[in-house]
Amino acid sequence: MKFTSLLASAAMALGLATGAMAEDKTKVGFVYVGPVGDGGWTYEHDKGRQAVEKHFGDKVETVYVESVPEGPDAERVMTQMALEGADLIFTTSFGYMDPTINVAKKFPNVKFEHATGYKTAPNVSVYSARFYEGRAVQGTIAGRMTKSNIIGYIGSYPIPEVIRGINSAYIHAKKVNPDVQFKIVWAYTWFDPAKEADAAKVLIEQGADVILQHTDSTAPQAAAQEAGNVITFGQASDMSEYAPLPRVSSIIDNWAPYYIARTQAVMDGTWESVNTWHGIKEGMVEIGEISEAVPADVKAEALALKDAIASGEYHPFTGPLKKQDGSAWLAEGEVADDGTLAGMNFYVEGLEGEIPQ
Amino acid sequence: MNLGEINPILLIASLMVAATPLLLAAIGELVVEKAGVLNLGVEGMMIVGAISGFAVSVETGSPWLGFVAAAIGGALLSLLFVLLTQFALANQVASGLALTLFGLGLSALLGQSYVGIKPPSMGDIHIPVLSDLPVIGPILFQHDPILYVGIALTAGVWAMLKYTRAGLILRAVGENHDAAHALGYKVIRIRILAILFGGACAGLGGAYISLIRVPQWTEGMTAGVGWIALALVVFASWKPWRALLGAYLFGGITVLQLNLQAAGVAIPVEYLAMSPYIITILVLVILSADKSRAPASLGRIFHASH
Repeated sequence: MKFTSLLASAAMALGLATGAMAEDKTKVGFVYVGPVGDGGWTYEHDKGRQAVEKHFGDKVETVYVESVPEGPDAERVMTQMALEGADLIFTTSFGYMDPTINVAKKFPNVKFEHATGYKTAPNVSVYSARFYEGRAVQGTIAGRMTKSNIIGYIGSYPIPEVIRGINSAYIHAKKVNPDVQFKIVWAYTWFDPAKEADAAKVLIEQGADVILQHTDSTAPQAAAQEAGNVITFGQASDMSEYAPLPRVSSIIDNWAPYYIARTQAVMDGTWESVNTWHGIKEGMVEIGEISEAVPADVKAEALALKDAIASGEYHPFTGPLKKQDGSAWLAEGEVADDGTLAGMNFYVEGLEGEIPQ
Repeated sequence: MNLGEINPILLIASLMVAATPLLLAAIGELVVEKAGVLNLGVEGMMIVGAISGFAVSVETGSPWLGFVAAAIGGALLSLLFVLLTQFALANQVASGLALTLFGLGLSALLGQSYVGIKPPSMGDIHIPVLSDLPVIGPILFQHDPILYVGIALTAGVWAMLKYTRAGLILRAVGENHDAAHALGYKVIRIRILAILFGGACAGLGGAYISLIRVPQWTEGMTAGVGWIALALVVFASWKPWRALLGAYLFGGITVLQLNLQAAGVAIPVEYLAMSPYIITILVLVILSADKSRAPASLGRIFHASH
């Protein structure tokens, strides 16, 4: 698979090389971890790219390479984009962090934007969305809706972004349903429909009637639909084709406004390295339509939580909270700081199992 | 941790489902390689089979027609490989890789309007008495029909290679194409048939993923199964039953490790995640300690004038 992706990206890079080189256009590149048709994560990033094209029309040219493996391949694809005259490059997966930093060093005049990472440089910004705010809403619905009290969670890689999501969903499911138990499976992939479906089936076989996923394809939705009596949530994209059941709601990543603003900044020459972390309030995280399968009172509760988070009245990580080992983390009323959240590498109290190191 | 949460019956039943796409693709490739041709395009033929099967079964409402279309789709794509390697005498490795790239792109194009659609369900077979047996019923007699096609194909290919004249000729072509040619066998024709068979099997394997295992269409959804099938053929020493064993081991451990994770077994997840690859390779390498070797003409180009 690695080798083909490598060849595929090489072929794409060649395609870029023969592309037109219009000097006055701002050229924006996108590096994707999955195919644009994954129906989830990459699909939403590509919608952002299309929004940039639509907004700026002839003034901008966008290019993208999809299914780029996280690792040395990514570095090569970025280098190629920079050599082809890209002014701004968005690298849209956590695993592109070091490659982005390395390539950015070689091209000080090209601006880079890395999604979901934490390393910055004078020409590298990082941006991410507070997905955990959406996870809080999901956890509330999941805790209220589960009958078996077992919630299955498909994790991709044990990185802070995923762990934050697990913790946030758990805290809020537990709050409304003290008997709830989380079963967590690590798929070690962002995108592998067959494996994601297998993981969902395994969790369902072991009694889960709610499946939360942090992988990119819609395969777990299909597996849940096949099994029946299981609810799911759209991940990264609305996945509304699976509504009203099994998909009862979703977290939608809306990257378009950010991509347009950053492209504008490059055009105006005002681009600076920033660290952006937006949530429900700014509209980067959206909660998809809660379907009629959810009882009205649960829906109202979930929406009230969403509004409280949006207005800043409530933070999903508010004390008292303990870590898994029982040690104190947040005191009564204390709110987690962004630094701890960004590097989160521990479960909260009550979750079972260990985080793979 | 609670091992009691793992239901062994469901586990075995789902490992057979997880193994079937791999088995179908590997059996097809095994025949191709036995005929002395190395087709690295399995992944491409699988994904084209996945989308052609999906599209046809959605349009017609019949999963059976879908599987037929998947076999035809995979075979059609392998026809391209035939043209390149058997007539234009191109390098087989390069042609196979090109086939995979082409297949991935073509399937993404064909599949644009099929994202998010639910295919018609094939349903599981139900044999009176047998399917109702405790334990054995759910494990052996309550699957979709294609799973049995996979096992039947394995048996058929094994018997054909071992006991029939056709199998002998196929092996002769794969071992020494010049000698086979001197004896009057149509080397090119036999190889073309083998390649088409391999394409059809890969197509079936792909459609099994998009119609039964997942079931949906997503770009790039075979996600490397074709490459694992290729490796499996080598580690199975070109023997059909070992390919079946390997596929079941691989599928089985993949499902088992997910089960162990969900049950909270205290084995580091990294080890669990790599276990399907390691255990499958280990078992098959130990098995191939006998004097199995690759067909002698594997990957070599044949031209009657040589």
